[in-house]
Amino acid sequence: MAHNHKLEIFRGLVKFKSNTQKIWGVLIFLSIVTTVEVALGIIKPRFLTHSYFLGMKLLNWIFIILTLVKAYYIAWDFMHLRDEKTPLRRVIVWTPIFLVCYLIFILLFEADYIYNVYKDGFITWNF
Amino acid sequence: MDATVSTGTEDSVWGGGNKPLGASYGKMMMWFFIMSDALTFSGFLVAYGFSRFKFIELWPIADEVFTHVPFFHGNYPMYYVAFMTFVLIMSSVTMVLAVDAGHKMKQKSVILYMFLTIIGGAIFVGSQAWEWATFIKGDYGALETNSGRILQFVDAETGERAALADFAKTIPDERERHVESEGIWFYGEGSMPSYSLNEVVEGFKATPNILIRTEQLNEEGEKTLLDRKESLSKILEANQVVEGANLIHNEYGHRLFADFFFFITGFHGFHVFSGVVINVIIFFNVILGTYERRGHYEMVEKVGLYWHFVDLVWVFVFTFFYLV
Repeated sequence: MAHNHKLEIFRGLVKFKSNTQKIWGVLIFLSIVTTVEVALGIIKPRFLTHSYFLGMKLLNWIFIILTLVKAYYIAWDFMHLRDEKTPLRRVIVWTPIFLVCYLIFILLFEADYIYNVYKDGFITWNF
Repeated sequence: MDATVSTGTEDSVWGGGNKPLGASYGKMMMWFFIMSDALTFSGFLVAYGFSRFKFIELWPIADEVFTHVPFFHGNYPMYYVAFMTFVLIMSSVTMVLAVDAGHKMKQKSVILYMFLTIIGGAIFVGSQAWEWATFIKGDYGALETNSGRILQFVDAETGERAALADFAKTIPDERERHVESEGIWFYGEGSMPSYSLNEVVEGFKATPNILIRTEQLNEEGEKTLLDRKESLSKILEANQVVEGANLIHNEYGHRLFADFFFFITGFHGFHVFSGVVINVIIFFNVILGTYERRGHYEMVEKVGLYWHFVDLVWVFVFTFFYLV
């Protein structure tokens, strides 16, 4: 059990006096991020839905990045990864990240290939 | 525990006295489980991405599917899921406060925070059940074509979606629902839609201001609206009426969307449910003073890890089902 908590987030930009205070601070941050996500999802600004980066809408990139940010703070502060030993943290974090990236890569490429097969009319599926 | 055999070597490195990476056995095993479970969820979500990329140009728009808030009428996309997300994050916070109170050996605070966590989990599971019920019941109703594509209806004047009830004719005495008691070989059939295909098609022909909307997304990322002439020829392809969503038919669009929705949110909901059950067990242990006697509240920390993991998964489900 890690009794001595590291009490700063944003690389030392925000420092807290106690662990309880840090928890509330992280909650406020996560709520702000969620609010931004929901607001963007409802408004859907045109300049974000009509510009693309690597074949995906800018808005979707923002959603995914904000999700990863949220995941980071849940894992680091709520699941106490910040207080664990560095090797344990690395094993827990990098193993799934590596496997998931690989899975995303192969499956999405394959899906895009099938999409093109359908689209180029080798198979009739919308009749 | 009395049943544990003491060998007198527990404190030596090879006797189990060593804590690798500073984490106790129980915590380490919880992390093992969480990692494998994370990979399971990733598999599901990536499979969802696979199907979505395969049918990228006709995938349903989540904002048009989940538009309801309990006790309110009207079109409120996103608000309810945002509320659910907030409830889950909040219960994560009370859980982490319980762990913190456990470190300080404050039994009363642990009880309070565990209780709040359980309430939060229950609200979330209840909300999800409501979300499922609304999704299964359906909104407007639609037609399904021979190839399984969905045709929805739009009022040409207002641009709003039109429900089947708005224009379908009532043609009396068409078909009776089969019941098991009426046949020797017959196994019964599921519920029939409120209107038959013929009633919908006749009603559509008689109502000139109703247009058909196909699943196809246009350049604006919106569903394609056919004009009246195209609509009249398109409706001939329909072969059945669909109301609501299940694993085979889905009035909101591609059936895979419904399949993945049920599967992924169902699997997540089951995790939340089991998390609540485990939390309740630990809650009673705290009340009974089990951990007070044991001298530490590590058990609360372990269920806390699981509970936060459930929250973590929801953050991703929320993004990929409702936002992206």
